Amino acid sequence: MLPALPGVGFKPAHFAAIRQDPAGVAFFEVHAENYLGAGGLPHAQLAAIAGEFPLSVHGVGLSIGGARGIDAAHLNRVRRLCDRYAPASFSEHLAWSSHGTETMGTAYLNDLLPLPYTEETLALVCDHVDQVQEGLGRRLLLENPATYVQFAQSVIPEPAFLAEVARRTGCGLLLDVNNVFVSCTNHGWDPRGWLNALPLDLVGEIHLGGHAAEDLPSGPLLIDSHGAAVADPVWALYAEVIAQAGPLPTLVEWDNDLPDWPVLAAEAARAGAILAQGGMGLARAC
Amino acid sequence: MMAAFHAGLRGGAVPPGLMARHEDELGRRFAIYRNNVAVSLGEALATRFPVIRRLVGEAFFAALARVYAEAEPPCSPVLAEWGEGFAGFLAGFPPVAELPYLPDVARIEYARGQAFHAADAAPVDPRALAAADPARVRLRLHPSLRMLRLAHPAVSIWARNQPDGADGPLATGPEVALILRDAGYDVPVWSLGAGDAALIEAMLTGAPLAEAAAMAATAEIGHAPTPLLSRLMQSGAVTGAEA
Repeated sequence: MLPALPGVGFKPAHFAAIRQDPAGVAFFEVHAENYLGAGGLPHAQLAAIAGEFPLSVHGVGLSIGGARGIDAAHLNRVRRLCDRYAPASFSEHLAWSSHGTETMGTAYLNDLLPLPYTEETLALVCDHVDQVQEGLGRRLLLENPATYVQFAQSVIPEPAFLAEVARRTGCGLLLDVNNVFVSCTNHGWDPRGWLNALPLDLVGEIHLGGHAAEDLPSGPLLIDSHGAAVADPVWALYAEVIAQAGPLPTLVEWDNDLPDWPVLAAEAARAGAILAQGGMGLARAC
Repeated sequence: MMAAFHAGLRGGAVPPGLMARHEDELGRRFAIYRNNVAVSLGEALATRFPVIRRLVGEAFFAALARVYAEAEPPCSPVLAEWGEGFAGFLAGFPPVAELPYLPDVARIEYARGQAFHAADAAPVDPRALAAADPARVRLRLHPSLRMLRLAHPAVSIWARNQPDGADGPLATGPEVALILRDAGYDVPVWSLGAGDAALIEAMLTGAPLAEAAAMAATAEIGHAPTPLLSRLMQSGAVTGAEA
């Protein structure tokens, strides 16, 4: 279990600064696919970080929402990484990122692509989550995606789809509050209704990240860029979630246009302040 | 569904069955995915091949990456392993035919990426080496070490295009590149003479040190193995000495 405290996505550029002053950051998360090489600097840094802090391994390439079964060779490599570092948490996405073509074999697309929410895809995703949990020998947290389009054939609301995957497979959920805000803005959904439909007791980790906006005639199109500070409406939603659910491990993601360590640490501290308040609120409620 | 979506990402039509809040904005919204795939793969390739990008320019490289990603998309989510075929692709790509050294530079850059992620191995104790019988001892070299025989002066070109690269006189003709990860996790590229290249090649095939030195002296009259061996030792690249 990760601590119910603020964490950040680990970036090699911050390594020296973190060693000097972790600034209250209580855990770190890495993308599994960046640490599947055999050795060298990535593992030297990860071993140092994992020796001092709880670690979250976050997969971006298992393509759980893909039409094909889970890539056994890739899953095996992720398993070896998890065995090596014994992370407190492993998470992946409700999305697909690889596609097999007859002429080219499997192509990895390096993006988290959306899927329709139907009984058929629900069964497929559950099957894939089972394969991952079995292959890794551990429970998975499944993350809600940021999406830009919807599928006409979708019949299950996104939070209900996630809840049902968790119910059938026993997996937990990773609630990305920025993704909720991005998808709800893009599709005209109500973010509070979305959050109310999600069983918060299944949430094992929260993600917060920055987004970019593009103005379309119908209004803003939000893009999950991970390249900016967390937006104010996302902080507000996050505070509501924490007030309701109590403190949860909360990760600030910042992958592009990387700021200096103090800027990222300040974002984590802002989450930490909300977590502390949430804990006090719960204590009063008891 | 995914086949149509994938075709759309590769420049085909927006797949059927998608919805947006306003139907006439569907193309713009789908384009986010198309752009994410193209840009993120282009950035992944640029991370691995920074000198190629510098040599052809950013805009050309972005277009080149799109063509390459279509021809040889990554087959695994481990993007550090993508690009093994990039040198061969460049060799057969007519728009860069006027830059015949590009494939060799790409070979160096791909090998550097592999060296960066290669397995760890502790350097051998210098005393073990000093005590060994040169006629029998076989030196094991670091897993990151790679040697490339290149038709073009690609080591010089690579070196000139580093952030601190000097504008020295450009070598002409073939070069041999030695790539290894040193104790500080840097991945330098050395240019080897004929004798040093033969020495490394012989050691990599498991020849005892004395035999490797003899092969080096055949490749380059009067070659002395000691300077390269000390340089390898200093870089932590000798990881075993077995009789």
